[in-house]
Amino acid sequence: MSLPQAKQDATEARLVSITGQGGSGWSKVARDAALERVRSMGLPTRRDEYWKFTKPETLVQVEAPEAALFDGDDAIMFDSVDRLKIVFVDGQYDADASDDLALEGVTIERLSEATQADIHWAKDVYGVLETNGQTPVERPLAALNTAMASDGILMHVTGRVRKPINLIYNHKSTTSDAILHHVIKLERGADLTVLETGPAAARFNKTMEVEIADGAGFHHVRVQGRDHERRAVTHMFARLGAESIFKSFTMTANGVLTRNECVIELTGDDAIAHVAGAAMGDGDFHHDDTVFITHDAERCESRQVFKKVLRNGATGVFQGKILVKAGAQKTDGYQISQSLLLDEDSQFLAKPELEIYADDVVCSHGSTSGAIDEEGLFYLRARGVPKPIATDLLTLAFLAEAVEEVEDEGLREEINAQLVGWLERRRG
Amino acid sequence: MLEITDLHVDLEEETKTILKGVNLSVEAGKVHAIMGPNGSGKSTLSYVLSGRDGYEVTKGAASLDGEDLLEMEPEERAAAGLFLAFQYPVEIPGVGNMTFMRTALNAQRKARGEDEMSAADFLKMVREKAKDLKIDADMLKRPVNVGFSGGEKKRNEILQMAILEPKMCILDETDSGLDVDAMKLVAEGVNALRGAGRGFLVITHYQRLLDHIKPDVVHIMADGRIVKTGGPELALEVENNGYADILAEVA
Repeated sequence: MSLPQAKQDATEARLVSITGQGGSGWSKVARDAALERVRSMGLPTRRDEYWKFTKPETLVQVEAPEAALFDGDDAIMFDSVDRLKIVFVDGQYDADASDDLALEGVTIERLSEATQADIHWAKDVYGVLETNGQTPVERPLAALNTAMASDGILMHVTGRVRKPINLIYNHKSTTSDAILHHVIKLERGADLTVLETGPAAARFNKTMEVEIADGAGFHHVRVQGRDHERRAVTHMFARLGAESIFKSFTMTANGVLTRNECVIELTGDDAIAHVAGAAMGDGDFHHDDTVFITHDAERCESRQVFKKVLRNGATGVFQGKILVKAGAQKTDGYQISQSLLLDEDSQFLAKPELEIYADDVVCSHGSTSGAIDEEGLFYLRARGVPKPIATDLLTLAFLAEAVEEVEDEGLREEINAQLVGWLERRRG
Repeated sequence: MLEITDLHVDLEEETKTILKGVNLSVEAGKVHAIMGPNGSGKSTLSYVLSGRDGYEVTKGAASLDGEDLLEMEPEERAAAGLFLAFQYPVEIPGVGNMTFMRTALNAQRKARGEDEMSAADFLKMVREKAKDLKIDADMLKRPVNVGFSGGEKKRNEILQMAILEPKMCILDETDSGLDVDAMKLVAEGVNALRGAGRGFLVITHYQRLLDHIKPDVVHIMADGRIVKTGGPELALEVENNGYADILAEVA
């Protein structure tokens, strides 16, 4: 089936606008194949069902829309955490600001330096999980990323890594257009925590592929920065082996457009996958969480917890799906998406889906939108808590279920402190 | 201390008058009780005094130590020393009980220009006061009133009262939903707070709470007015004869 001409043209225009890596060695095959995928799918338009609630134009158009830099005084995220820092500025690796890429239990390389090799472990993952994730729903911007990423980090994890690796994305150019692709492969029993922080660029397209072997654990905590005008489309592809664990939490404040896709395949028995998000949007803010979890093994648990606080006309989107394949017995699936609408101009659009082909499973899902609880608000005020503080307390309480998905206490406290800080600054 | 004069109150949503000229004066150190049949306006009085939305004061005044209550936001009334023990304490999932109480206390202190209390001092104080009310560490840790039994919720109200040390306490049907033991515990908590400087307004349906919290003055409220005022014996009269006799007598 050929694509509509307009879509073909837009796709070609975008492709020729990017100076890709070209690449040699192992990566060339993957990139060429990805390019073919992009061409056959075409980049998304608002007529695509999967983009019904989020307009993709600005993510697809040739030039990144200008994004003013945010002059904030936020505390540096995870400053109190002992971590290995890898810094990108507008998508460019910053060697001076980064720590040595050396840490026990993991080999760390830059994608741009690894591509020259003829053979590399990453070839079994790079573009592979992304390709799997294209069915049954197409994700052309992820294929574009595989084809065109300028850089990224490859992590091969063989042990339990004692401190987190923090990918820090700074934004210094108002017109930057960054494409990064990270690949993480965890061997049997390995364990790694990856932190991602920062607004990254005027426009950011990021893909992370994570292959998790039996008994391995991957923890991911991400904080998307406060730049009001930045845009981001991110894809997380994860494949889980038996008894492995995947946990991902994202906190987002502001940003004119964010689309975070998370595609998880549970392929080994007794694996656990949790994805959670807490978003606070004010005014010109559009935040989309799109999640697809496939259960293809027995006794796996998946959990999606997404909370959004919206005010002054902000928009929140949730598209979440649990697909339970035939034979994935004893699946335990849970999905909740909720919005707290602080005024009548804001909106929350949710499309929760369950598709189940096994007969012995427990799956529940729920989605709600609501205003602040007036009873609770009065109760707090009657005890002397001023209205703005009471509102913030109830806002934090609303987000708590998502934040509690961050297992590590130190990281969770950092997240909470940042949330409190954001609320306090907003209150002035 | 608490002065209410000719208070008239309508419901905001519908044209309905609930209070039709309430006059009441509670002196420091005294316990006043308000009794009355359902729908007489007792709870409305407590809500209007504490500043809940949905009511419109059409006439009259209410003040605490000379300060006009009706002009203040609910949090300002609390900081001025007014406390309402809720008939139905609200559950607030996600907000820890301790966090809630410390935030409330420090907000009140800040509003009065006093220093905030440190976390350590606060913890010490709460532990002591909680012990008297048989509130265990688990109840302090849990989210506000979530999963609390009826009795636990009311004890938690009294704990807040003990911590916030208000000047004027309004207890709205604090006995509802309590068994005898729980009621005794709550009453002991209240009695421990009775003192020269503090006024109480105890709103109740039945006389039984007044066996444990002995009032100095008893008012009977009916159809939005206080129709009779007397000593503790008035509560007993209600207990023995119901409201019908009194209402017939004043009609």
